[in-house]
Amino acid sequence: MVLSIDANSTHDPLTEPVLAEHRPVLFRYALLQLRDYDLADDLVQETLLAAWQSLANFEGKAQLRTWLIGILKHKIADHWRRSAREVYTSDFELVDGEDGEVDEEAFFTCNGHWNGGPTTWNDPEAALKQQEFWAIYEICHNNLPPKMARVFMLRELVGLEALEVCQETGLSETNYWVTMHRARLRLRECLEIRWFNRIKQEKSDA
Amino acid sequence: MRNCREITALVSQGLDRKLSFGERIAVNLHVMICSRCRNFQNQSWFLRKAAQRYTESLQNRLSKKSPND
Repeated sequence: MVLSIDANSTHDPLTEPVLAEHRPVLFRYALLQLRDYDLADDLVQETLLAAWQSLANFEGKAQLRTWLIGILKHKIADHWRRSAREVYTSDFELVDGEDGEVDEEAFFTCNGHWNGGPTTWNDPEAALKQQEFWAIYEICHNNLPPKMARVFMLRELVGLEALEVCQETGLSETNYWVTMHRARLRLRECLEIRWFNRIKQEKSDA
Repeated sequence: MRNCREITALVSQGLDRKLSFGERIAVNLHVMICSRCRNFQNQSWFLRKAAQRYTESLQNRLSKKSPND
């Protein structure tokens, strides 16, 4: 169970194009937190500029992207401070309660068989094209315990590698696997109840 | 024999790391006979796709809204 990262960038000379390769990931990271396109764009631009100016401080042993995200995080934190938003919580403050434990028990019986369990979804591709589906998707994502939601977001929405997510959140590898397993169990159940079962119901009523 | 809980844990891990040969065999044999785990597998792939689409559409939505508003 060893995670590996595609580490080609660490061996390349650090040129502007090498930095710019990370722009899409940085941008998604900023956008998902700020929900403001121009602001996200500005902060990513500032991040790349700051990185470019302080390349001397970059210790090759840190992953380049981890380093860049570190800079971006500071920019975002500065922004929240300036705009006096008190809702900002640092990663370290996110602790999920026993909640996660309890719900995995609920998905399976004590000998590991499904308790209920996934039904077949009718045409999931079609859901992706519907506005209402995305509203449900957001609700289901927001229903996850905060730390679980953040881990899932960093992996699936921002697109970080699993190992990078562990570094970002301070999770051990084992906890990462458990967290992602639970997040997927929860999300799929929520979508099933709130979307796919309702679609089935409407079809059979019609 | 691994149970459904263990198989779905492997299916989930399979999205983030390359499973060993033995693990892949175990998952493939299991999902052949267990429709609920097969559904879980398909739905986990779907969740990945949905997450990517969501982020794309968020970018589009916010970029259209932002000029001078």
